[in-house]
Amino acid sequence: MNEARQAGRRDGRISVEIDRLSFSYGRDGHRLVDVSLAVREGEVCALLGPNGAGKTTLLRCLLGLLTPAGGDIRVLGTDVSRLSARQLARLVAYVPQSATTPFPFTALDMAVMGRTPHISVTSAPSAADRRAALAQLEHLGIGHLAHRAFSLLSGGERQLTLLARALVQEAPVLILDEPTSALDYGNEVRFLDVVAELVRTGRAVLMTTHQPSHALTHADRAILMRGGAIVADGSPEDVVTSDRLSDLYGVPIHVAQVPLPGGHGRTQRTCFPVPSRAEPRSA
Amino acid sequence: MSDVHSGVRKYDPPEGESTFSDPPHADRTPPRLNAQNSSRLWIGILVLCLLALTLLSFGLGGYPLGPVTVIRVLASRFVTIPVTWPQTAATVILDVRLPRILAALVVGAALSSSGAAYQTMMRNPLVSPEILGVAAGAGFGASLGILLGFSASVLQVMAFAFGLLAAVASLAIGRVVGSVSPIVLVLGGVVVGAMFGALISATQYFANPDTTLPEITFWLFGSLGRATNGGLVAPAVIVGVCLAALYAVRWQLTVLATGEDEARTLGIDRRVVRTVVIGASTLMTATVVSVAGIVGWVGLVVPHLARSFVGPSFGRLLTVSALIGAGFLLAVDDVARSATTQDLPLGILTALIGAPFFVALLVRAGRQWL
Repeated sequence: MNEARQAGRRDGRISVEIDRLSFSYGRDGHRLVDVSLAVREGEVCALLGPNGAGKTTLLRCLLGLLTPAGGDIRVLGTDVSRLSARQLARLVAYVPQSATTPFPFTALDMAVMGRTPHISVTSAPSAADRRAALAQLEHLGIGHLAHRAFSLLSGGERQLTLLARALVQEAPVLILDEPTSALDYGNEVRFLDVVAELVRTGRAVLMTTHQPSHALTHADRAILMRGGAIVADGSPEDVVTSDRLSDLYGVPIHVAQVPLPGGHGRTQRTCFPVPSRAEPRSA
Repeated sequence: MSDVHSGVRKYDPPEGESTFSDPPHADRTPPRLNAQNSSRLWIGILVLCLLALTLLSFGLGGYPLGPVTVIRVLASRFVTIPVTWPQTAATVILDVRLPRILAALVVGAALSSSGAAYQTMMRNPLVSPEILGVAAGAGFGASLGILLGFSASVLQVMAFAFGLLAAVASLAIGRVVGSVSPIVLVLGGVVVGAMFGALISATQYFANPDTTLPEITFWLFGSLGRATNGGLVAPAVIVGVCLAALYAVRWQLTVLATGEDEARTLGIDRRVVRTVVIGASTLMTATVVSVAGIVGWVGLVVPHLARSFVGPSFGRLLTVSALIGAGFLLAVDDVARSATTQDLPLGILTALIGAPFFVALLVRAGRQWL
């Protein structure tokens, strides 16, 4: 990320503010301990951490799917525990890892569902809502799939449909839970490019990912979690380092600065696991 | 960001091609009838078919009548027209066939609509009022009411109470097992249905063979033979109100069909929707069980047929399920009352037609459901 962009983002209004949040599943122990973070307008924030670190639990608390044991979550200054599902849905939109339904909904059917919090509870989406959903599908390059069965689309197409649904929801905060886990490498990059574009309209994006490189290439902020607590929070350059990643995931990981091809001296950080043949197990 | 993009990672898709198709789909979906327009067309066609079938049904039976006579007799109830028909024709149409036809329309529409609602809410194409044990529960409520000599209105309340109990018990079994997969729900319903089936047998065992036993047996076979114009008013009103309630939550329920958590993030209050759906569907099922006894398979099969016409969006699905269900049950009842000199039990006919039809559906879509 270039410096100008970083500087611009720091001035953004705070969209999501989480303050000393804790959560536990029954007596199984705490899943979130004193988690505090803020996501600003126009910022893509990547949440990294090993399995069971509490990333998804944190997102589910923010989405109102879990009730925290303590702490506050504020979206645009409003305490979410005081909001109805409908009010929250106007502020926070969600793109799940994947969606399944046994019924043959079309891609357009799925996308237009994003209009739900904006229409009266006893009515159905209008022709204008359907046009808006279709326009969003077209904007994401899948307009020609609008009348196809959602369940028969490829993983990439389905994920884009779910993104279209979240976008027609017109919420200032977008939550993505490992949105690229079902995508091939090319679609992964394209999907993240689209997400990075979205924040230009002033949205705030919080996403979990299992790929630390996503934080380096597509995020403005990186937050590292382990054992239900935040262990690091800052710009990807500062936070996503060889030491921190190796420590976080328990395997040797190297972060390197590499020149971009034809980049006139520009560089990009990237990370990769250190191959075991270069680092004998006895070491 | 922008300069990084312009250099290496920028991807220029060929004109008009989706950047996300893997592999790129060569075939473009041809412009076709908008889903809403095409479903309006279906609804129009079905309404016309239903009207024609209703007219035909009035003429059918041991005392055949032409459609013109039928229309004139029915119209004479509302406008003054010269009487050109024998009094027998008026009696047959208004007192014999009208209640039976109305009952078939109400029962068929109610069973299909509640089946469509249960299937959509549980995201499970294998459930229906019978499979969830609701019909057996309502049948037991009615049987118990007959055994204890209660009046018709108390029977209806008991049918509803035990139908609701059965629905809740089926859902609770899924909860206890910790899974709401189609198979667990179906198994839960089978267990609850078997329980209430045993209780129905118990009421038969204890019933008086001369008075209450034939009465109970009538419920189990399913028949419209005892419908009367006066007795249909309350059930028709209840079914109408329930259909209106389901129609009011049509979009909320459609969104719920894509997953509970996702529906919550789209602003759905699932407790409200679930309460409306379970309440309305169970009340409708119990009401028609108290009118016609246990008429199986309609609630399972008709919604599938409707979905293949207008898709899964619940507003259209509800309308078309009700129309097809009403027409289907009317046609089957026409066969039941005119195929032989004696009334055939309706529930037996619907099972004989519905079961093979369901096997055909399973063969077509089975793998997706399991």
